[in-house]
Amino acid sequence: MIDGAAITTLLKSLKVSHVVWVPDSALGPWEQSFAEAPEITLVRVCREGEAWALAAGLHLGVKHPVVMMQTTGLFESGDALRNVLFDLGIPLFAIIGYRSFLLPDSPDTARRFAEPVLQAWQIPYHVVHDPEELPMLAEHYQYCLENDSPGVTLIAEGRM
Amino acid sequence: MASSPTPQRMSLVPALEILRDIREDRVVITTMSAARHWPQISHHALDLNYVPSSMGQGTSLAQGIAMASPQQEVIVLNGDGSLLMNLGSLVTICANQVSNITVIVIDNGIYEVTGGQQTAGAMANVDYAAMARAAGFVTVATFEQLTAWQGAATEVLSSPGPRFLLWRVHPRYEDFHLNVPGPIGPRLDRLREALTSC
Repeated sequence: MIDGAAITTLLKSLKVSHVVWVPDSALGPWEQSFAEAPEITLVRVCREGEAWALAAGLHLGVKHPVVMMQTTGLFESGDALRNVLFDLGIPLFAIIGYRSFLLPDSPDTARRFAEPVLQAWQIPYHVVHDPEELPMLAEHYQYCLENDSPGVTLIAEGRM
Repeated sequence: MASSPTPQRMSLVPALEILRDIREDRVVITTMSAARHWPQISHHALDLNYVPSSMGQGTSLAQGIAMASPQQEVIVLNGDGSLLMNLGSLVTICANQVSNITVIVIDNGIYEVTGGQQTAGAMANVDYAAMARAAGFVTVATFEQLTAWQGAATEVLSSPGPRFLLWRVHPRYEDFHLNVPGPIGPRLDRLREALTSC
């Protein structure tokens, strides 16, 4: 499990200004660390679709937001994602909780459809399995930033 | 098809013209029916014709711009159908204590750009102003008469935010198609440049 201090330190090093989120049980424990970091503004939305458009507005205002949600939120927010990334062309980065990834026999459809959906959207992504792989998140973020590309890091999770 | 327009409601274009005349250096984001008319009457660097949009997300986009620049006032014009698709955005604005934003909802009771089907909100006779008030909007006002809007516009836009204005307007059943005015990229670039120079 990746702790809040580690992810906050990482995001600060990447000069992320805002986290726009609907947390899940794996990402949620990060809240206190985000709240205590003066460099990061935590923005809670009601539904995941808002996160993409709100982050787009921040981006237009020359801020550096990261969107966070669970895979279920990814599914829900598809049209907002489509519009922001592909109509507006705003290259947002998202950290997405990969529900049930750590349970290979899980019948959870949120696990089954996560990567096919990202592939369908043609969004470059990778999976972070444990804290030792956090540097991959930084590399992916930098790659996307340098190439004006949207990107996703999936955070491997157990249950909900 | 919905019933004939109610005669006491105001027309959209004159209401927009009043807004244009008093908007000063506020960002104005238009969607749906407002996006059809605003570009013909306003050519301001802080305008954003948000077409194509994800329906309902105009409010959230506006909130992001407002949060990025707390000294910059932002106005977003949404339809009632759009608002229904993103009602939570009213709560999100208040939860994040965004005061430099004005949400104007153009309530015509129909999905105008698809030919005039009645919205669920109209069928339920929803009180959008009460919803905004309950979410925490500080200034909430409803306008049905053009003269009332004209008389109050300057003051209400200067009232404490966040602000929610409900415009009850005539629905439009003819020439309802909303044409996409070309790629949005250049319009975003123009707004971004204007925001950074403010």
